[in-house]
Amino acid sequence: MNRKLVDLLVGLFVVLGFSALLFLAVRAGNMSGSLSLSDTYETRARFDNIGGLKPRAAVRSAGVVVGRVTGIRFDDQTYQAEVMLALDRRYQFPKDTSAKILTSGLLGEQYIGLTPGGDPQMLAAGDRITMTQSAVVLENLIGQFLYGKAAEGGAK
Amino acid sequence: MISALSAPLRWLIDRLALVGYGTRFFLRLCGLGIAAFRRPRLVIDQIHFVGNYSLSIILVSGLLIGFVLGLQGYYTLRRYGSEEALGLLVTLSLVRELGPVVTALLFAGRAGTSLTAEVGLMKAGEQIDAMEMMAVDPVARVLAPRFMAALICMPLLAGLFSAMGVLGGYIVGVEMIGVDAGAFWSQMQGGVDWIEDIGNGVVKSIVFGFTVAFVALFVGYEAEPTPEGVAHATTTTVVVASLAILGLDFILTALMFSSN
Repeated sequence: MNRKLVDLLVGLFVVLGFSALLFLAVRAGNMSGSLSLSDTYETRARFDNIGGLKPRAAVRSAGVVVGRVTGIRFDDQTYQAEVMLALDRRYQFPKDTSAKILTSGLLGEQYIGLTPGGDPQMLAAGDRITMTQSAVVLENLIGQFLYGKAAEGGAK
Repeated sequence: MISALSAPLRWLIDRLALVGYGTRFFLRLCGLGIAAFRRPRLVIDQIHFVGNYSLSIILVSGLLIGFVLGLQGYYTLRRYGSEEALGLLVTLSLVRELGPVVTALLFAGRAGTSLTAEVGLMKAGEQIDAMEMMAVDPVARVLAPRFMAALICMPLLAGLFSAMGVLGGYIVGVEMIGVDAGAFWSQMQGGVDWIEDIGNGVVKSIVFGFTVAFVALFVGYEAEPTPEGVAHATTTTVVVASLAILGLDFILTALMFSSN
């Protein structure tokens, strides 16, 4: 076979192989690709505790994915977590919508659930969702339960 | 009494001598393999022969394995309500285990046998002897470039296999079954470490590359120079290489697990 052609084919094979390894490393590493929804508007929400919420987690309303978490940062003024939410532009939510951190399945992925309020005004880009409910931390829950039991025992 | 014992004893001594000869041959191949890069043409031709021709079987099997992992993983994970972990399951099983092992088995079947047959036929056709007569070292000229080419191809093919498998899992899990795409990728990125998991997978595939290349070339070089001998050698390559791959895989996995 022609030398040039062999070189070309081998080069193609080597490039393909390395790009496959790169694809695995990038996809598995945290160099996240842009898999965001096509047309979105950004809102923010503050939580006392986000539990195991991760960037790129889903935002759901009534169980339907309506957006994605685009960023999480710690606010050292309020000592709260600030979560950036990109919501699909097709869906509008009232201003008094509340956000909750929920878990899919018993031990599954955490996501944000939006419960719409009744305000006639709608959320716009850059608005903040004020009513939030933190993630349920299992240790706290068990702690509360044990304290409750202990208090019950003491009252008797 | 002595004659009754001597047969198994001789067999044992022959085996031990074979192991020793194999080790010597392996070291010689490694040394001459590095020297083979002084003539990169030979290595490139062999990469074309060993790698490019194995590409189609590796890509298609990777995709199909990915499909199956997507379906089977979904079936199991659904019981625990954690379908979103499908991406993690598919990727971890591919990069840690299935990618290197299945690629090595296919590589032994596709490229290993053809290397054995080629070298065996060269021997049967007295080309190897002819080279020796012309004071050309057949191990340096014929075997070393093939050895190096197989070493280079194995990790690349394993990477391609795993990447195709992830795509296959994505197609079945997200496009067909309807697992959330963001969770599929984000759980995968959250759970797969690129050194611990992908790096170890690459190390495995390099070790398997050594195994397949060595077994194929050694068996081919030592084949009986007859048509039956070459046929027998080709079969031996598949059997020995597959067993060696699976055995080494257990050892490597045990070592890698114990480190973390």
